[in-house]
Amino acid sequence: MRPGWALRLLAFCGYALLLAPVIVVALISFSAGDFLTFPPPGFSTRWYEALFANGQLMAALQRSAILASVVAVIALLAGLPAAYAIARLRFPGRDAIAMLIAAPLLLPTLVLGLALLLALQPLKLAATWPGLVLAHSMVALPFAVRIMTTAFGAVPREVEEAAWTLGATPMRAALRITLPIAAPGAAAAGALCFLVSFDETVISLFLVGPRLSTLPVEMFRYVETRTDPLVAALAMALIGVALAVVLLVERLVGFNRALGRS
Amino acid sequence: MSAALLLLPAVLILAAGFLYPVALLGRISLNRTSDIGAMEPDLTLATFEKVVGDDFTWELAWNTATLAAGSALAATALALPVVLLIRAAPPRWRGLLSLMAIAPLLVSGTARIVGWLAILGDQGLINAMLEGLGLTSEPVRLINNWTGVRIGLTESLMPYACLVLIAGLGRLDPRLEEAAATLGATRTKTFLRVTLPLAAPALLAAFLLTFVLGVSAFITPRLMGGGRVFVVATEIFDLALETVDWPAAAALAMLLLGALAVALVLRTALMRSARA
Repeated sequence: MRPGWALRLLAFCGYALLLAPVIVVALISFSAGDFLTFPPPGFSTRWYEALFANGQLMAALQRSAILASVVAVIALLAGLPAAYAIARLRFPGRDAIAMLIAAPLLLPTLVLGLALLLALQPLKLAATWPGLVLAHSMVALPFAVRIMTTAFGAVPREVEEAAWTLGATPMRAALRITLPIAAPGAAAAGALCFLVSFDETVISLFLVGPRLSTLPVEMFRYVETRTDPLVAALAMALIGVALAVVLLVERLVGFNRALGRS
Repeated sequence: MSAALLLLPAVLILAAGFLYPVALLGRISLNRTSDIGAMEPDLTLATFEKVVGDDFTWELAWNTATLAAGSALAATALALPVVLLIRAAPPRWRGLLSLMAIAPLLVSGTARIVGWLAILGDQGLINAMLEGLGLTSEPVRLINNWTGVRIGLTESLMPYACLVLIAGLGRLDPRLEEAAATLGATRTKTFLRVTLPLAAPALLAAFLLTFVLGVSAFITPRLMGGGRVFVVATEIFDLALETVDWPAAAALAMLLLGALAVALVLRTALMRSARA
């Protein structure tokens, strides 16, 4: 049935609400004004210049990129074998393990952040690299395992069995046959884990210190205290990274499939 | 290959980064805070009694529940036409329309707040429009208060509502609506008598999911509220990092988890009866 005008109008309002903030951020990041005035009094690239000249934010950007890369590698190294076991092997407690790995997603990040602060502070690991890497790996891991379980599940069992028949050990068959076929899924998983860590704000707020802060935390603090278009330019940088990752995942495996939906 | 060996790295990360911290959170909620504000090891429900006996906690709980319920309702209601449009669109448009509906999920929450500040602020888009039309002479306050938090939270919950509705309504047979139209029902009547009843379980699922997410939202209440809006999440954050009263923060977090667990059980029961 063709949609009627009432549906079209309401759906337009829905999309307007969904997309308005992102569109406005994009426009205002090119503002020539001193405040978050909309419509902007003029257009310029002065806030991007200010962003690149801001040592504190650039250092945080670099730190976040390094952190997210390390987290993506760790989440993949730990997630790939776990996903293979869940997708391919029969063992007692398989469902319980799968549930445990998904469990961090059920808890509010605020509670996870608080719990990690209480656990890491007495160990002198709060506001340290190992502490942040552990926290981010924990939230990224469920995504890695979920995507890779789907990816391994999509590799026909017969291919692996053929390798066994031809004399390959199960280990060799998994590494030389199954893993290369599932490689696009692994790349997508790595990209999403990178994004999960790169955008993670709430848990980081509990765990950062004056000398070790991430880009989302710096942006959060900036919005709390000041409102000038610099923060819009910063937001665009984050959106740009997110967009790059989404396009990469879409090209590799298709976005909906990567999330395990439909 | 042994499954245990393959699972070991993942389980170690979860044990150190999830199970131990959450267990410790529960343990610390049973400690007490001394009069000078230091944490004393104990095994008492005193902190829970203090938190539950405080009227402010109940005010926070009411604020949180009404905020989450209102925003979840608005998000679900606004997501419905979006998803109905996606469903009715030609197949080649569906992918793009779905991506547009859930893309905000991947944009950092703080970045979207910056957009809302520029739309709703005193010098923002809405106030510029109102003034241009001559409707107001001075800016209408739309941020740093509950209005701003409600709008921001509704928008941040909408992609989740869209996801649930896309999955739920995708299974509905469009021929049922076509049949109603063929039999002479108007669009409104078809919507009210056919589409809406069929969509009810998916709508309920979308509302319940967004409600649960809204209850624990932190970034939007904090930034859109400008420090003037208090909900359970902002209070836990302040207790942990500003007052540094760990037992109280832990106790409030445990109460939040308990409330979410109850909501989850209710959700499962409701979903089961909605399907039956």
